[in-house]
Amino acid sequence: MNLDWALGRLTLDALPQELVTQGGAVLMILSGLAVVAALFYFKRWRWLWRWLTSLDAKKIGVMYVVVAVIMMLRGLADALMIRAQQALAAGDSTGLFSSDTVQQVFSAHGTIMIFFVAMGLMFGLINLVLPLMLGARDVAFPFVNSVSFWLFAVGMVLANVSLVLGGFSPGGWLGYPPLTEMAYNPGPGVDYWIWALQIAGVGSLLSGINFLVTILKKRAPGMTLMKMPLFAWSILVTTLLIIFAFPILTATLGMLSLDRLMDMHFFTSDGGGNPMMYINLIWAWGHPEVYILVLPAFGIFSEVVATFSRKKLFGYGTMVWALFGITFLSFIVWLHHFFTMGAGANVNAFFGITTMIIAIPTGVKIFNWIFTMYRGRVRFSVPMLWFMAFVITFTIGGVSGVLMSVPAIDFQVHNSLFLVAHFHNVIIGGVIFGFFAGLNYWFPKVFGFTLHEGLGKLSVYAWIVGFMVAFLPLYALGLMGVTRRLDHYTDPGGWQVLFIVAGVGVLIIALGAGLQILQLIVSIWQRKKRRDTTGDPWDGRTLEWSVPSPAPFYNFAITPKVTERDAFWEQKEAIKRHEKQEKPKYQSIMLPKNSSIGLIVGGFAFCIGFGLIWHMWWLVALGLVGVIVCVIVRCSNDTVEYELSATELEKFDKQYRRQHA
Amino acid sequence: MKTALKIILPLILIGMLAAGGFVFFQSVDVAVLNPQGEIADKQRTLLLFASALSLIIIIPVYMLLVFFAWRYRDSNKKAAYRPNWANNKWLEITWWGIPCILIAILAVVAYRTSHELDQFRPLDSDVKPVEVQVVALQWKWLFIYPEQQVASVNLMPVPEKTPINLSLTSDAPMNAFWVPSLGSQMYAMSGMSSKLHILANHTGDFNGSSANISGEGFADMAFTVRSQTREDFDAWVDATRGHAEGLDMTLYEELAKPGTVDQPVFYTLADAQLYDKIVMKYMMPPASDEKSEDEQDHESHDAHMGHEMEGM
Repeated sequence: MNLDWALGRLTLDALPQELVTQGGAVLMILSGLAVVAALFYFKRWRWLWRWLTSLDAKKIGVMYVVVAVIMMLRGLADALMIRAQQALAAGDSTGLFSSDTVQQVFSAHGTIMIFFVAMGLMFGLINLVLPLMLGARDVAFPFVNSVSFWLFAVGMVLANVSLVLGGFSPGGWLGYPPLTEMAYNPGPGVDYWIWALQIAGVGSLLSGINFLVTILKKRAPGMTLMKMPLFAWSILVTTLLIIFAFPILTATLGMLSLDRLMDMHFFTSDGGGNPMMYINLIWAWGHPEVYILVLPAFGIFSEVVATFSRKKLFGYGTMVWALFGITFLSFIVWLHHFFTMGAGANVNAFFGITTMIIAIPTGVKIFNWIFTMYRGRVRFSVPMLWFMAFVITFTIGGVSGVLMSVPAIDFQVHNSLFLVAHFHNVIIGGVIFGFFAGLNYWFPKVFGFTLHEGLGKLSVYAWIVGFMVAFLPLYALGLMGVTRRLDHYTDPGGWQVLFIVAGVGVLIIALGAGLQILQLIVSIWQRKKRRDTTGDPWDGRTLEWSVPSPAPFYNFAITPKVTERDAFWEQKEAIKRHEKQEKPKYQSIMLPKNSSIGLIVGGFAFCIGFGLIWHMWWLVALGLVGVIVCVIVRCSNDTVEYELSATELEKFDKQYRRQHA
Repeated sequence: MKTALKIILPLILIGMLAAGGFVFFQSVDVAVLNPQGEIADKQRTLLLFASALSLIIIIPVYMLLVFFAWRYRDSNKKAAYRPNWANNKWLEITWWGIPCILIAILAVVAYRTSHELDQFRPLDSDVKPVEVQVVALQWKWLFIYPEQQVASVNLMPVPEKTPINLSLTSDAPMNAFWVPSLGSQMYAMSGMSSKLHILANHTGDFNGSSANISGEGFADMAFTVRSQTREDFDAWVDATRGHAEGLDMTLYEELAKPGTVDQPVFYTLADAQLYDKIVMKYMMPPASDEKSEDEQDHESHDAHMGHEMEGM
């Protein structure tokens, strides 16, 4: 029987052929089955369904973080494989894996770490705290928020399904054509990469719009823009970047997939296509993307430093202007990713200079944070230690970035491990350390108990030592002439030793990640003892600390009124001064009902992506129709909210405060 | 005593690591910092200058961070505490101003050097340059010497102290040509020809890297630049020309098939227009049935177009 119409180009050959990918696939399937079995055993299906269909930003935030943390373990496993391969594959040895596998692992590591770890943690943290910080009940569009999450999750699933069926793209995390064109990579790997990113990218764009509107429209009365916490400012500029940058990604990948599916010639070598256009476009998105990740981390540090120094953030106005400066500049520097493409001396100089100018507002921010500690009372809790680790690593990363912004220096280190060391320096030292600080900082607000301090501190030390041991040798290797993405090499002296040292570094980082998992387990174990009864475990400054921990599903029983920056700190000061407090007046509120449509849209999006990857056109059609039907169904539903009456709310609030006091 | 140990022990550890690192890096070739050519030499100076400049920021940041962290730690009740102090015009002017000055200096340097070290700019020299046409293939490098009428795979012999004018293209996914000891990298892309100018100060073998992923055998695309005396170079040309196999389009198509090459291969150049033809392959409409007819009719036309393109 001919099943081509149904299966497209999917055949049994798509199953993993190599031992390592087979192992990965089996492991993934087994852990999936284990989760299903556990759900049956503990009879948690209904509980899970309530989570998956929730429109509460806090729950969606937790789901983002869970996905991102699981993906971080996958990305870390990829990193360990890369390091093991490069530590061994010198001279005649070809190491552990075939070159095709290594290239897939390289591409998967980059793709997963950026799109599903860093982006996931970012959206997770925004969902968890942004509405609370603004004194809002939820994001502007709770349903869109759920759709965003599910599109993100489907992108993640597609990227991982490739492990079981067909393999991933070997074309690097940004998939430069013509290597990623049909002429050189006809298999499904590149398509997995494209559609994982396309679907997750649409989710990111929707999130960007959602959070921007939330900030502009849902702030508590009295909270003018210049009274917002700096984290909210950092999200505001981030969402602007998302809204301007992500459509470029969508269009670029769209053209690449038209090349692949319909034999068009946007980026092919022949037929009038031009790969240089792709490289321009992908970086016109790719450079702002770096700031999409790092600006929220800057926002987190702005909150953490002020809170743990028990002091106002130094130079609030400058910090806001610095954010806008970085946002604007980040759109006019993209060419520095290909100084070696031959654009000409003047063009290179222009983009080099705009790049180094970004260092000015960034440097100013670092000085402002450090001077926030000046004449403060600095407590070295885990989030503050992450801040210290951040300043130490990020400064090195920033400086190596400035070095490479000089075009004539870049000519010598571009695409070498020096570059690899640089971007890990800013992304781990800036983005990931920032998100870890945020997770430790806001954890009690979400779950109602604090994380173990001792283990948290140990994990900081392991990460920073591991980071130095893993990445400083890569700077040296880059200067020794080692290029990126090598699956084996001939050692002219010293290469292998440094690769082994770097491998040890990644093991230390893995130890740090292990300590974090242990920290979580121990904290859950001791959750009764670690309960945060005050709602304000760090002597916080912003509104999220004014509600009990864990934050109730309605966020604020009474909408707060804001008169100053650091609104909650000012409230506490007013109480200390024995100013008269207003009596609470409860009013009925509207809250979004759970909705399964986001999840269903995700399912149909999976059909579209999977169908396009394997050329199962009926599945694509089914997915498209399904998404349209979902939109119509949702739009025709007028009862998407329910009312919580004033008396009920009062009852909840009092009960809540009693329980958690 | 205990606190003193806490500070001294890490310092000793760092000192030992630094000493070990110093000894280690003396024994290996850090190509970018150990230049063998004019361009790489200038780039090293530039790198060291920019690094020194950046220390003006790194050192105060680290010192302030450590000092404030220690001085204003929670347990130190002697230190001043001013929870509402959050603005100071002069401090802010200082840390906007100093980075602005540093970046202004670096910007001038960046502008000048991107002209001076522009890959497209021919080197100033009295010696007549040697032209080499470089083709990135899956997965080997082809070096064509149009004047000497020879070609070579994965080994690029050049005379020392002589400007080498490289034209680069690719007949495979894009790649990048990089000889760290001699300086500067350049992308090689199909359907177009870019330029790079290098010069080796003395004789020696220098490792070349292929710096952009181009498929499965990419890691095997390492090549060697062999800088020789003029006599040795001429001797190599003479030994190769007329004796080695003639490289024409047919043999080239065979060579261009995906695969790696272990040992360098030398050819006599049998088709003077080979490089132009390789570039022009991608400038024509997609291969069709009339390909053979096309090739015959437009041979002279192709070559002409190719030259024009190079000037672009």
